[in-house]
Amino acid sequence: MTGGRHRLALWTALGLVVTALAVVAAGCGGGDDGGSASTEIEGLGSSLEEIQELAREEGEVNVVQWAGYAQLTDEFKAATGCTVNTKDGGSSDDMISLIQTGEYDGVSASGNASVRLMTTGDVAPINTEFIPNYADVQEGIKGKDYNSLDGEPYGVPHGRGPNYLMFRTDEVAESTDSWSVIWEDDELAKYKGKISIYDDSIFIADAAVYLKATQPELGIDNPYFLDDEQFNAAVELLKKQAAAGVNYWPGDVAKQISEYTNGDSVVGTTWPYQYLQLTNADPAVPVSAIKPKEGTTGWSDTWMIYSEAANPNCMYLWMNHMIAPEAQAAVAEGFGEAPVNLKACELTENENHCSEFHADDESWWEDIYYWTTPTADCGDDRGEVCKTQEEWEAAWTEIRG
Amino acid sequence: MTSVTNAEAPPRVSPGRRLSTFFYRHPRLRLAALLALPVGWMVVVYLGSLVVLLLSAFWDTDPFTAEVVREFTLDNFRDLFERDVYRDVAWRTIRMAALVTVADAVLAFPIAFYMARVASSRTRNLLIVAVLMPLWASYLVKVIAWRTVLSSGGVVNWGLEPFGVQFDGLSTVGLWLVFTYLWLPFMILPIYAGLERIPNSLLEASADLGARATTTFLRVILPLAFPAVVAGSIFTFSLTLGDYIAPGLITSEQFIGTVIYQRRGENLPIAAAFAFVPIVVMILYLLVARRLRAFESL
Repeated sequence: MTGGRHRLALWTALGLVVTALAVVAAGCGGGDDGGSASTEIEGLGSSLEEIQELAREEGEVNVVQWAGYAQLTDEFKAATGCTVNTKDGGSSDDMISLIQTGEYDGVSASGNASVRLMTTGDVAPINTEFIPNYADVQEGIKGKDYNSLDGEPYGVPHGRGPNYLMFRTDEVAESTDSWSVIWEDDELAKYKGKISIYDDSIFIADAAVYLKATQPELGIDNPYFLDDEQFNAAVELLKKQAAAGVNYWPGDVAKQISEYTNGDSVVGTTWPYQYLQLTNADPAVPVSAIKPKEGTTGWSDTWMIYSEAANPNCMYLWMNHMIAPEAQAAVAEGFGEAPVNLKACELTENENHCSEFHADDESWWEDIYYWTTPTADCGDDRGEVCKTQEEWEAAWTEIRG
Repeated sequence: MTSVTNAEAPPRVSPGRRLSTFFYRHPRLRLAALLALPVGWMVVVYLGSLVVLLLSAFWDTDPFTAEVVREFTLDNFRDLFERDVYRDVAWRTIRMAALVTVADAVLAFPIAFYMARVASSRTRNLLIVAVLMPLWASYLVKVIAWRTVLSSGGVVNWGLEPFGVQFDGLSTVGLWLVFTYLWLPFMILPIYAGLERIPNSLLEASADLGARATTTFLRVILPLAFPAVVAGSIFTFSLTLGDYIAPGLITSEQFIGTVIYQRRGENLPIAAAFAFVPIVVMILYLLVARRLRAFESL
């Protein structure tokens, strides 16, 4: 009898505690009203000299980056007094949730993160006066919708690159020039279980790029703005691919590198970084990476400053540092991308790097679709009928099955 | 004599002494003061963070910015029921947890039996160390080691090559092997403890009453050891249910943990809603385990 009453009391007490916590938690949820687009960040110096002075006091800068982006950090520390602490993000969602913790001063954001970050006000527009190297950035990359909002630049362009089709040359014909090797039935049967795919909803756009070339009746123009019919066709294509057996690699690139090395994966999509790692390995892995004839997706990344950065002065100097010719050359070769500051082309170890990555050849980039955030607004006369980021994510979970 | 002098001296009690007297006179307050820190920790840090997480299951997200919008909604749970993928993933995970549990029980019982009833004390100690040893190594190292074992250029396929057999190790079957390996010690130890507790007199009585070895095993040892097996299964089942690292490294199949991990960044509410599934499954599992007297064997 008493035991029963005791237990009842215990449960009641527990219930009360949980309710109380719930109320507290609900109360804590203060909404923030988005950022007012101002370049003024608390603690930021009002001239370049003052920024340099204040940076010495800050002494550090914490950045979220794609693996391998931060370069020449020792030189940066020697010149500015700021120690660089980096945190790698594996996907754009990762980047967003990391920067929203408030613990970082800046982020190297791709288009599918930067657009959201600018809208939420998590990142601040920049005052280009304090970033002398900004003048050397290619004009063609400034003022795009993935690095600017309402004509105001948010952050400095970092570099751009394609998502390649990579295959082992001992398993796949060297003459391969089409994405069909990872989409068509007979090819899927051949490479069953050995197809390597980026594990992120943004990969739906890669299916759309292929459909754009092979099924013109769908009328796909921009692979990130897909209406019902186009989206379903892309999802169907991806489900068919998933059924054939796919090795998904998360943003953490080591998994894909080891799979290609062991032969567990022989064909798939990759970043130039992994391709360079594989070909520079000892012994080199026989792989080839190409931009297929259908075109491909790609990225154009931007270093952005957190709107409540704790070390805004170091972050400003960091943005300037990352578009200086020396750092640009190091990143371009280290990660495998085209620099945005063409002065870097004279400093690369491989003197042909810039021409190999078509840094100055706009026509080469015409069929590369930079990552961006899918929104309901299709951006054309179809109106608000396109699938949103949220729907892409939900569909990706279903594609993975 | 001395005691008399002391009694005559004016009572000079230190504050610490007074505090101790106070607590001596108020045993309930004493208990409260003693438990305040650990219970506060449990409630605020442990339960509190869980509650906050689970609460967000009832919130919404902004479709564009993916920010959490604090408005009550049951849409996330509707999604869980209406989209087949979540049901498939939940079943796949529960099935995996059950299969791992069965495999571990089958493997662990003979080992535990040998340790508890057959081995000399020297061998037994050696075996205990051998069972515990893998627990001292990093989980990640073990999973990645298994990756190299199972991959198409790995030891397994190298051994199978002369027979012309190709084993796709980086698959659900491979994951089952890895889980079975990872959680085996958690099954062996409770069973070992359970078997060791069985008094010899019961076995002797069984023999005296004319039971053969198999009968004794089936009708005396097994029923007495069963709660210990259930106790071990709580570990193997729950650990498999919640793991998200091994599935990501070994297979491309999605499991509850990997889906929560993948969705948490861009849609925390749906991830939180999905987190209810393993919690509910484990509550049911524990209720059944309690009926089977597993907690007395822990």
